Amino acid sequence: MSALLELRDLTIRFPTALGESVPVSRVSLRIERGETLALVGESGSGKSLTGLALLGLVPPPGKLDAASQILLDGSDVTRLSGEALRALRGGRIGIVFQDALTSLTPVLTVGDQLREAITAHRKLSARGAREAALALLGEVGLPDPASSYGAYPHELSGGQRQRALIAIALAGQPDLLIADEATTALDVTVQAQVLETLDRLRASRGMAILLITHDLGLVAGRADRVAVMYAGQIVEEASTASLFEAPGHPYTRALFRAIPRLESAVDQLTPIPGGVPLPEEWHAGCRFQPRCSEALDKCATLDPPVVPLAPGASSRCWLPAKGDQ
Amino acid sequence: MSQPLLEVTDLVKRYEAGGPLRRRHPVYALNGVSFAIARGETLGLVGESGSGKSTLGRIVVRLVPASGGSVRFEGQEVFGLEGAPLRALRRRMQMVFQDPYSSLNPRLRAGTAVAEGLEIHRLLPRGEVAGRVAQLFEEVGLDASYVSRYPHELSGGQRQRVGIARALAVDPGFLVCDEPVSALDVSVQAQVLNLLKGLQQRRQLSFLFIAHDLAVVRQLAHRVGVMYFGRIVELASAEVIIQRPRHPYTRALLSAVPQPDPRRQRSRIVLSGEPPKPTAPPPGCPFFSRCFHPSKDSRCTAELPLLRPVGESQVACHYAERSTNSAP
Amino acid sequence: MIGSLGELLRRAWRHPSGRWGVIVLGLVALAALLAPPFLQDPAAMRDVVAGATAPSLAHPFGTDGLNRDMLSRVANGARVSLAVAGLAVVLALTVGSAVGLIAGYAGGWVDAVLMRAVDAALAIPRLFVILLLLVVWERIPLAALIVVLGTTGWFATSRLVRGEVLRLRHEAFVLAAEGLGATPGRTIVRHLLPNAAGPLLVAATLGVGDVILLEAGLSFLGLGIQPPTPSWGGMVLDARPLIVSAPWTALFPGAAIVLTVLSVNLLGDALQAALDPRSA
Repeated sequence: MSALLELRDLTIRFPTALGESVPVSRVSLRIERGETLALVGESGSGKSLTGLALLGLVPPPGKLDAASQILLDGSDVTRLSGEALRALRGGRIGIVFQDALTSLTPVLTVGDQLREAITAHRKLSARGAREAALALLGEVGLPDPASSYGAYPHELSGGQRQRALIAIALAGQPDLLIADEATTALDVTVQAQVLETLDRLRASRGMAILLITHDLGLVAGRADRVAVMYAGQIVEEASTASLFEAPGHPYTRALFRAIPRLESAVDQLTPIPGGVPLPEEWHAGCRFQPRCSEALDKCATLDPPVVPLAPGASSRCWLPAKGDQ
Repeated sequence: MSQPLLEVTDLVKRYEAGGPLRRRHPVYALNGVSFAIARGETLGLVGESGSGKSTLGRIVVRLVPASGGSVRFEGQEVFGLEGAPLRALRRRMQMVFQDPYSSLNPRLRAGTAVAEGLEIHRLLPRGEVAGRVAQLFEEVGLDASYVSRYPHELSGGQRQRVGIARALAVDPGFLVCDEPVSALDVSVQAQVLNLLKGLQQRRQLSFLFIAHDLAVVRQLAHRVGVMYFGRIVELASAEVIIQRPRHPYTRALLSAVPQPDPRRQRSRIVLSGEPPKPTAPPPGCPFFSRCFHPSKDSRCTAELPLLRPVGESQVACHYAERSTNSAP
Repeated sequence: MIGSLGELLRRAWRHPSGRWGVIVLGLVALAALLAPPFLQDPAAMRDVVAGATAPSLAHPFGTDGLNRDMLSRVANGARVSLAVAGLAVVLALTVGSAVGLIAGYAGGWVDAVLMRAVDAALAIPRLFVILLLLVVWERIPLAALIVVLGTTGWFATSRLVRGEVLRLRHEAFVLAAEGLGATPGRTIVRHLLPNAAGPLLVAATLGVGDVILLEAGLSFLGLGIQPPTPSWGGMVLDARPLIVSAPWTALFPGAAIVLTVLSVNLLGDALQAALDPRSA
């Protein structure tokens, strides 16, 4: 059975005044039906652009490289345009962004915007659309769907707005939902509620979720598999359990060491020295090498291979596969 | 010294929502907050949006006026000061801001921004300013060449360091850190937290550390206060708050903090319901609408629980003594 | 984000319209600067008998009714027009910024009083006030004309600056300055003004265009710049009786007015686009 979504060598290029910038470089991923894949990376890793590319939303002048392939149920969607592309957006793949206030139109009620999303993908009467909207609002966990339906975005709380966004994303009954830092701007307790809702919806609808986040902590217990991105490349891919037990890539290991823990206060945390490099600073060889405490000589000049560590797990590194924490 | 460095008593902050022609709905950002910080201590203050923690920080350093209550710093009442005594106070307490992108004047070079405090208070003759600025840059871990850079040429972590250097320039004894690492990447967060920790030890600073992330606060704080809806609902040492929380909100907050440990997920508490609207504060406990305490009852909606000692902590809950272990 | 004026101009240069604006304006300014040594004001040298002559190699813009070289007259007119517009705008910006900064920073009743006064002033048509003043004050000296133009044109600027100040007033870096003990004066001058400068610059360039047109119109009516000081508006006035027989006498000063105002506006557009944080 083929994967629901398969990315092969996804590469995004941006022409700039100083030449060409390639913020996403040969990213390959698989998402199976009904699973949650977390795409983890810090700022500048290219994770958000990857998510946008799935919907053909890469901002111009950025473009997908000719060799990139995005296979949805086996067929390539990179060349879609017009009607087919519109059907894809929301109908096969939905997306929820970080800031609900700027994602929703302030001058229309939630109900209006939700109905618009519904009727874009389903043929329903006005009554039918309204009923479908109310049902969706209830499904995403809004306690009073009728009042949320008639409310303007600024009249709702942050968590409620985010749920409304999720409802809109689900209006077309997509098979894949992309959550691009969807809970980052929310309070921690509200975040927990919203993530719980997403998981419930995934189970009830048989949907897959691509969870794009910078927070490794979010991933634990919420994703089936994790892909870690750094400087435009996937540096590690593994099941959540094995990633947390024995991370296969030095960057992942360094991230774990740098995260402050609740249980204990250490005298000094172990940060990753330096900063995330800008695309202009990327060079041949491993992109993490300047900050890597485990680097070998050849890491500076030779591109590391993608080494399989276990079925479904791999690491882009010269070091032999090992896990330590 | 037995006298606390900072003493906050019954602090209240009220905003009037609605204009002169509409009925005024006062919004209470702070509803009677009291605590003290000893010399050399770090008090962590955690809370989510609407808790009032940021407002509290700004009131303490006199950037925002309070509606009621008092703040005593080094024994001196802070609110009545004006003119020269106020300027003198400003040298003793400084603030580090959250957003590295708006906390620096985009038109000033980093070195100029750091030197501002020195100029305002005429702390050094003009010829020595550059030298002190260079020292400060080194202290916060920034290369000397960054002195001439503009903020847009610096990364988020570097900007935060500049902000810290700027605050240190006047040699304060007390820093209010308002979410200083929330906007930074994980790898950089750790760097800045280490810097703050080191500074505390080297300069014997006291901190009021405001954050929404308990794990971050844990790294620096001796004691932690948990805020909800304009009040402190629990106050205890960092270890006690995290190992033996008593207030149901604290438990939910702890449970919700994302931690990279799959084993924690099994005992996750997920709150249901919404916090009350700031314009319509309930008469009783503000946490009631989301509370999962098995003993919660009508007393909770009728009577506001006050902060009181329970075991090793101070808790604002009528039923703090009873365990919440049978919670959902 | 723009760290300096140089960066701003470089960004404006990248705009095709901005480029033209800078080039044309540069030519006009050049002519204004070079006029005294190279293109003497021909008022002193008149061969009245010959009258208006068509453009030729000796007189690229022709001569006017008093046989004065048009090229020289237009170039000298440029000096006057640019100087009057420049100084008037500087005056308007200074007053407008001061009012806007104070109103925005102080807030409360100070803001309310100042802005209601500005509202009232904005309700009175600028041209009407100027005409009234000039009709009463015949043969107005140049300096006074500049003051009149400047003091009637600062109201919109004050609103603009106040808007920027309100936007910046509660930014972290402003609070940080206050937290360090900065006086209101220091905060306004060091932190608010430089960051409000962007829209101010755009308003300035557009204001220059406005004043050039205003001055030309007034001179055309005989109310603004008085002869023998050359002015484009005055030249068009002088060209009225000759409009059919010697159209170049009106064409060149008229074209100068149009091109200058157009280039200033294009420059303003380009500056505005350059200031937009989304560009490049």
